[in-house]
Amino acid sequence: MIALEKRPEPSKLWSWATPILAVIATMIAGGLMFAALGKDPVESIRTIFWDPIFGEFAFYYRGQLLIKAGPLILIAIGLSLGFRAGIWNIGAEGQYIIGAICGAAVGLAFYPWDSFIVFPLMILAGALGGFLWAMIPGILRVKFNTNEILVSLLLVYVAEFILASMALGALKNPDGAGFPGSRNFRSYPAAYNEEIITGTGMHWGVVAAFIAVIFAYVLLARHLMGFQIKLAGQAPRAARFGGVNPSRLILFCLGISGALAGLAGLFEVSGPAGQISIDFNVGYGFTAIIVAFLGRLHPIGILLAGLLLALTYIGGEAAQSSLGLPAAAIQAFQGMLLFFLLAVDVLTNFRIRFGKREVA
Amino acid sequence: MDLSAISPTLLLASLMVAATPIILAATGELIVEKSGVLNLGVEGMMIVGAICGFAIAVESGSPTLGFIAAATGGALLSLIFGFLTQVLLSNQVATGLALTLFGLGLSSMLGQSYVGIRPPATEKLDIPFLSDIPFIGPILFNQDIIVYVTLALVIGTWAVLKFTRAGLILRAVGENHDAAHALGYKVVRVRLMAIAFGGACAGLGGAYLSLVRVPQWTEGMTAGAGWIALAIVVFGAWRPFRVLLGAYLFGGVTVLQLNLQAAGVAIPVEYLSMSPYLITIAVLVIMSSGKAKAALSAPGCLGRIFHASS
Repeated sequence: MIALEKRPEPSKLWSWATPILAVIATMIAGGLMFAALGKDPVESIRTIFWDPIFGEFAFYYRGQLLIKAGPLILIAIGLSLGFRAGIWNIGAEGQYIIGAICGAAVGLAFYPWDSFIVFPLMILAGALGGFLWAMIPGILRVKFNTNEILVSLLLVYVAEFILASMALGALKNPDGAGFPGSRNFRSYPAAYNEEIITGTGMHWGVVAAFIAVIFAYVLLARHLMGFQIKLAGQAPRAARFGGVNPSRLILFCLGISGALAGLAGLFEVSGPAGQISIDFNVGYGFTAIIVAFLGRLHPIGILLAGLLLALTYIGGEAAQSSLGLPAAAIQAFQGMLLFFLLAVDVLTNFRIRFGKREVA
Repeated sequence: MDLSAISPTLLLASLMVAATPIILAATGELIVEKSGVLNLGVEGMMIVGAICGFAIAVESGSPTLGFIAAATGGALLSLIFGFLTQVLLSNQVATGLALTLFGLGLSSMLGQSYVGIRPPATEKLDIPFLSDIPFIGPILFNQDIIVYVTLALVIGTWAVLKFTRAGLILRAVGENHDAAHALGYKVVRVRLMAIAFGGACAGLGGAYLSLVRVPQWTEGMTAGAGWIALAIVVFGAWRPFRVLLGAYLFGGVTVLQLNLQAAGVAIPVEYLSMSPYLITIAVLVIMSSGKAKAALSAPGCLGRIFHASS
């Protein structure tokens, strides 16, 4: 008989070891899945996890790594604050889209004004857009006690329709010969989020992601708000007695995560994506949920997890072109990673006892 | 713009069809939540059901086999969630999200070779005489069999919850799992069965989308239906007939906006398309505030982890 015994407090050792264990388990299960699709499992896993960094075309892929990791880390840092406090913003994808639309709209409004002020204004608008979009579930939760999980998620679909309407209407390129999509920021230098060091993939969004990591680390370790976040998540009753204002906490967590998701959207649309188009968003907002959990909601962990998930995106693309692995396989692979992580997490909070259960 | 082209009879008949997948998924989720488990993976189970049902129906030529496969697929997927949350005691919100993300990926992987195919038609059950009644006939008595199965399911769920011992145990487990455990009920077993039932219903709902409502397979075709089903359970205050009402309301809005699109109303298509989601949010707000306060009727142990210490 196997029995679970609750640990007095979560194991430090296992909380570091479980993400690694989960990644290994996912590689094995993913290999089996790829084998079922008729691909060589070892070859597939190597193409996804090894070749982009050490393989023949690594010079190209290494740059891509930061481009993909930037938005993932930026969004996941924001989400992790809320997740720690038991506030579930799962609509980051929507905030990402709205941030991108607002930021891009400001940039396009100034076209073709060539001034250094344009890009900072776009950044502000992007953060504000994401912030306001996240305030909808926030205020509804605080004022009307509406479930923020459902509202934030349903707003993703609304945001996608707004995006379609913008790409086909208000923000459509007037010189675009009727094609959907906005002007390309590549041809508007004052608003273009260019690589800071050529070939590294390092753009302003990646810089913002690193700043967010440091900011979150300091907040959680040194600031009263960070303490309140942790307290509200671990002991909600104690938090209430301890004078934590739940409404303020909800608005703070949702606001920060919305603003960071909005920023991620703006940096993506003005840089790697280049323009507002119907499908410029590729689901970073959802993958960031996996990043946040894989990083154990810890800023440094999220940094590493973001890089790993970025690797699966890049490796997935590489495997798609070289092995003909379906694009969706990577999405299933990422979902599987979250499953395994949650499954092995039992080791962090519980001790496993073998043998006969004693009769009390 | 020509609003007179919209026929109320057709509107109501297609309302029934539009609401059916939501009713199926929401009724399943209702049972799951009544047992005290919050499964946010409805969207994932629906879409896996959609592709399982579609693939089997296309390969075998039989929609019935398709629906059976969809229910099986949904139930199997939900048992991953069940194992993680009930045996390994993982967080239900996170595991539900994982289920949705995994389901979306898995379904588009399985569905690659099925894009653009037409499935075998599910026959309409043309009930003689009754279907000839003007107005009511085409709405109520000329639908496919799944519509009737769904209605029977809602009535059955209501009856089981209200009148049977099984329903009582299910509610006891959901309201207070420690007390139910002390009485000797197998909390984990009851919940696993509820989760599997919820998965099967969500799978059926998904297959109804891909085999009857659309009928075609496209990636991500459930488009939030699973999330709307979750919202409708809250709207229905965990009562089967109110859930039915909520699903019809949602179906009505969906069908109406589609008809308005077809009639060429001056509102842009995108804004009409987002209306069902906005109305679902509005309804959620109304239900969770003030006197209606949905939270009061929620099962007592909803979303809480059960770990028997002895």
